[in-house]
Amino acid sequence: MNIVVCVKYVPDSQSERTFQESDNTVDREATDGLLSELDEYAVEEALKIVEARGGGEVTVLTVGPAAAADAIKKALQMGAHRGVHVQDDAIHGSDAVATSLVLAEAVKKATDGSPELVLTGMASTDGTMGVVPAMMAERLGLPQVTYASELTVGDGTVTIRRDGDTASETVEASLPALVSVTDQINEPRYPSFKGIMAAKKKPVDTWSLADLGLEASQVGLDAAWTTVVTFAQRPPRAQGQIVTDEGEGGAKLAEFLSAQKFL
Amino acid sequence: MAPMSSSTMPKRPSDPLDIIDVDSMLTDEERAIRATVRQVCDDLVEPHVVQWYEQGDLPVARELAQEFGKVGLLGMHLEGYGCAGMSSVDYGLACLELEASDSGIRSLVSVQGSLAMYAIHAFGSEEQKQEWLPRMAAGEAIGCFGLTEPDHGSDPGSMRTRARRDGDDWVLDGSKMWITNGSIADVAVVWANAGEENGGIRGFVVPTDTPGFEAHELKNKMSLRASVTAELSLAEVRLPAGAVLPDVTGLKGPLSCLSEARYGIVWGCLGAARTALDAARRYSMERTQFDRPIAGFQLTQAKLAHMSTELQLGRLLALHLGRRKDSVGLRPEQVSVGKYNNVTKAIEICRTARTILGGNGISGEYPVMRHANNLESVLTYEGTVEMHTLVIGQTLTGESAFR
Repeated sequence: MNIVVCVKYVPDSQSERTFQESDNTVDREATDGLLSELDEYAVEEALKIVEARGGGEVTVLTVGPAAAADAIKKALQMGAHRGVHVQDDAIHGSDAVATSLVLAEAVKKATDGSPELVLTGMASTDGTMGVVPAMMAERLGLPQVTYASELTVGDGTVTIRRDGDTASETVEASLPALVSVTDQINEPRYPSFKGIMAAKKKPVDTWSLADLGLEASQVGLDAAWTTVVTFAQRPPRAQGQIVTDEGEGGAKLAEFLSAQKFL
Repeated sequence: MAPMSSSTMPKRPSDPLDIIDVDSMLTDEERAIRATVRQVCDDLVEPHVVQWYEQGDLPVARELAQEFGKVGLLGMHLEGYGCAGMSSVDYGLACLELEASDSGIRSLVSVQGSLAMYAIHAFGSEEQKQEWLPRMAAGEAIGCFGLTEPDHGSDPGSMRTRARRDGDDWVLDGSKMWITNGSIADVAVVWANAGEENGGIRGFVVPTDTPGFEAHELKNKMSLRASVTAELSLAEVRLPAGAVLPDVTGLKGPLSCLSEARYGIVWGCLGAARTALDAARRYSMERTQFDRPIAGFQLTQAKLAHMSTELQLGRLLALHLGRRKDSVGLRPEQVSVGKYNNVTKAIEICRTARTILGGNGISGEYPVMRHANNLESVLTYEGTVEMHTLVIGQTLTGESAFR
């Protein structure tokens, strides 16, 4: 079985992330980027499926700037077989709707129009919208089975467990399908040293919008359905308040909690 | 004076721990290897190391070894037999990240890869290599290395452990001291004096379940507490003829292993220093005295500037030696320069960091004192700082000052 895993290159959530003043988009120069941690679960799951079935290829697909090749590389180091990087200056500033369009077209091209299984993470660690998987499935005409915390590929079907607050659902869909996975599904492997060296020789295709038959006007900031109007630094965390108990500590604590609307 | 600027200046602010961008001299793969080791340490070591240090034990040494084996850390710079076959620079970068978490964890990996596995790889018979190296690379078998004795440290030539022939067999008697991994090891590479007629000092591959072999864990260490250290005792340990390392005789056997391991220390100790410096830098920016962050005081800045400069110089030295080792190889005195400089500077950085943290510096809540204490061992093992001084002195003058 051949699997396409869609991944995102995101600013490192451990470092200080900022927007650029010029167009209110993420300042990618200010911080290091990496493969979104939540997408590592999708890569791992794809590798496990292919390994268990003893065959098939994992293609890792990303849409992003030149540096996004790092996200592909990390997935290849983990064990994915090939990469596809859609890179085009016109894509800068695309919203989820446009991103899903580019991804869907790239999935079609990468699979000659007939994907078997498409995997994604549950959301990106930067935008955290979690809507791209559903949008892609819609564009590809595939059943969407989202937020899988367990995934089984059967004969022509895929079965997932989706954990909610009060119940767990078991959902089955026919293949081909698109599945988004949560961070509960597995423990992503570390890229081994041998994997790191092997990744150097794995093929990565770089496609432009034109390669996908898309126009610049369909993507980017201008085509976006939503726009970031303004941004502001989160105010620095205020110093904690220490209440010294002189007989009325309890009352003061209750007062504080009530003022913060915790009670 | 206004800060200098230039149109070609990169937009990104300097990494405070690498102002001169030593990182730019690394390849993408080298960075990826470092990132893997960092991730492994962040996940498997950092959350627990303070507790291990506190209890003076490394209860999960085997599990750790297996995880390290999975990514390829054990014997990573050796070729074949399940080893990853990475470069010396890769190995150095890995040592630095391991030791940024704890010198004891780096010691586990150093002893396994650079001492025990290296000895078998370099001097062992095909049978010895096949039997041990794949399992050791996978972390399924743990190795230790017995050279130092209770009364014989810097002068290993005077060792008292003896190997005598009895028919085809070898019989070992003696004891070894300060043996990292000793009491958890499956195999010990033990050096013993076999007498002039048998080539002098010889190495033996000793399965630790051989009758007469015992390991006693050493407690009450004030340094390297998250590491297993033992005394080995060998009483009439009978080994078959095939147990001897066939391809080396004399002191150059163990000394070449040590040269290998101390190369890793040239890098590793900088990890401890980096962690201490980073802790001190962050602390200085948060700690307020006399109504301002102590980072704003010139005395603090002088300390930080000195520590940071020494750390960067140490990294340049380590990288230079690594590139030489990968291209033309290193002479022992070149490794001595590396260990002499980097360990003395690393321990100085940790101690200075401690002063910036004031009283908090002695607390286990911060990593600084743990690293400083660990480096007391690192300063001494794999050739004491004094011995490396004499190696450099001899190279400068041609005069041997060892005895």
